[in-house]
Amino acid sequence: MPAYEPWTEVRGTEIIAAHADQEGATLPILHALQETFGYVAPEAVPLVAARLNLSRAEVHGIVTFYHEFRRHPPGRHVLRLCRAEACQSVGAEALGVHICERLGIDWHGTSADGNVTLEPVYCLGLCATGPAALLDGKPLGRLDADRLDAALERAPLERTFLERTR
Amino acid sequence: MTRIFVPRDAAALALGSDEVAVALAPHATIVRTGSRGLFWLEPMIEVETPAGRIAYGPVEASDIPGLLAAGLLDGAAHPKRLGPPEQIPFLARQTRLTFARCGVVDPLSLEDYRAHGGIKGLERAIEVGPVGILDEVTRSGLRGRGGAGFPTGIKWKTTADAASDRKYIVCNADEGDSGTYADRMLMEGDPFVLIEGMAINGIAVGATKGYVYTRSEYPHAVAAFDAALAVARAAGVLGSSVLGSRYTFDIEQRVGAGAYICGEETSLLESLEGRRGQVRAKPPLPAHKGLFQRPTVVNNLITLASIPVIMSEGAQAYHDFGMGRSRGTMPIQLAGNLRFAGLFEAGFGVTLGELVNDIGGGTRSGRPVRAVQVGGPLGAYFPPALFDTQFDYEAFAARGGLMGHGGVVVFDETVDLAKQARFAMEFAAIESCGKCTPCRIGSVRGQEVMDKIIAGQAVEANITLLRDLCETMKFGSLCALGGFIPLPVLSALTHFPEDFLPPVHRAAA
Repeated sequence: MPAYEPWTEVRGTEIIAAHADQEGATLPILHALQETFGYVAPEAVPLVAARLNLSRAEVHGIVTFYHEFRRHPPGRHVLRLCRAEACQSVGAEALGVHICERLGIDWHGTSADGNVTLEPVYCLGLCATGPAALLDGKPLGRLDADRLDAALERAPLERTFLERTR
Repeated sequence: MTRIFVPRDAAALALGSDEVAVALAPHATIVRTGSRGLFWLEPMIEVETPAGRIAYGPVEASDIPGLLAAGLLDGAAHPKRLGPPEQIPFLARQTRLTFARCGVVDPLSLEDYRAHGGIKGLERAIEVGPVGILDEVTRSGLRGRGGAGFPTGIKWKTTADAASDRKYIVCNADEGDSGTYADRMLMEGDPFVLIEGMAINGIAVGATKGYVYTRSEYPHAVAAFDAALAVARAAGVLGSSVLGSRYTFDIEQRVGAGAYICGEETSLLESLEGRRGQVRAKPPLPAHKGLFQRPTVVNNLITLASIPVIMSEGAQAYHDFGMGRSRGTMPIQLAGNLRFAGLFEAGFGVTLGELVNDIGGGTRSGRPVRAVQVGGPLGAYFPPALFDTQFDYEAFAARGGLMGHGGVVVFDETVDLAKQARFAMEFAAIESCGKCTPCRIGSVRGQEVMDKIIAGQAVEANITLLRDLCETMKFGSLCALGGFIPLPVLSALTHFPEDFLPPVHRAAA
């Protein structure tokens, strides 16, 4: 399971301070916040703004510009399924329909049991082995409905890529 | 113990190479490498034997007991034995200059890198100095591999001539085009070649700091490149005295956050500076006023990775490959619905038909090829009738397309080009930075018009409207996103008009 910490102002401030003293610090800070808490908490926005001498509106604008930053905590697992052309050519669209139905959600949604968040992604560079996805950072290739279902079944038992590499 | 090379490229991982490595670990010394780029054979493992390396693939963890019993460690016969990798036709037909080491060496071993010809280019660059480097790069005829094809030597000279207290090298590793993965493969399989190329670039223009902007969709490439940076710093390849010379150069990696537009150079610079990735109007050119308003060379990763071989082998050796004004080699990425999909580096001039039918072996699904999109989401859809188009910047432009970063995505006969045209508009609507009206509004309107066409509403009038809209986007947009999104839309309309007919007529067509 991604061991995300619950948001606290103390930890948030600490993380912001750790990354603030570099050129163009905004993205590194937001990445670090998301890596720790699983999302960029709305409470973090004014703290980032104050530390970088930006307005809240500017920081809000940055957080919302980039598709990767979440503003809500994700489910226990994050499935990023590729929807770009190379994966389309080998059936990614049908796979997307299948997984939405199976999880009972639409893109960007989290299953009712809080287990899986489904995010679209436009290219993982796995274009010769599509349809492709990242499940908690682990790459999956030549997916079909059965292989994807099996990967999701196994997911609760596996540790995530980020945890393993730390 | 016998050494066995097992790829750790993300595409190989996606097909189970970690599990293969675990299964092999008790029986051999495992060396993790990048991928050779023969993805239908991944995971492809190579056993070191007295007669050279012997490849096997595609190998699954469950195959390992059988392989070992058959004599894998001696390179013995087995249905999955492929023989010496260099003799596999797909690889034997290539000219690997930029990708010479990818899949061969341990990506984090500087000794391996040197043993396979690395660092020689940087040593020569230090010897000849900035003027010598600029001359060599200019004479090589190298042009930007991101797609725009701007002559690299001229770009570098512009920054070299600009006076400033600080200058920057920025590597664009925001490889967002679907169908492309060359940047990812190199970062995972031969990261030192990029480090060497950037250091040479720094010496050439008088820059001491480089940034690599890598997309967040490539977590393995990010990790591999950071590890390589640490090795290069410890060995003095980077730092206050590059290889003991008087030149200073260091590199920092920054990670994007899922915005396609940040592959556009000015938007990338905005993002590096910590802002929304909104396009800047040019001029000023980044070469004069780029990152933090300082003179900056922004180059595609493959451009920079082509530099070491140009410096070590000489401009002429590189220039001898290619055709017309497209000199050297191009790492072409075969992708999508293709039997033999993988990385094919060759001199410019190979035709689309050779790539798709001959080298690529036709579709993976076994159905006839109907369309090929070259150059990512902003590239045109070509029908088989245009398969004589040669891989060359000018040849693609002359046919209303673009070569882009060299991605080739193949579709079989089940593809609906009206839907693909709609997707192009949808993608632009999602990814538009919002700075200019033609792209921001046009992409949304384009999506709506395509919906009407697909639903069969006033098709003729809406097609006229669509063409008009594309004209506005092409000439009115600030950057290539809005400017080129008409290419896939209009090429689909031109070459596959039957897909745009109202549903009732479509069955008859």
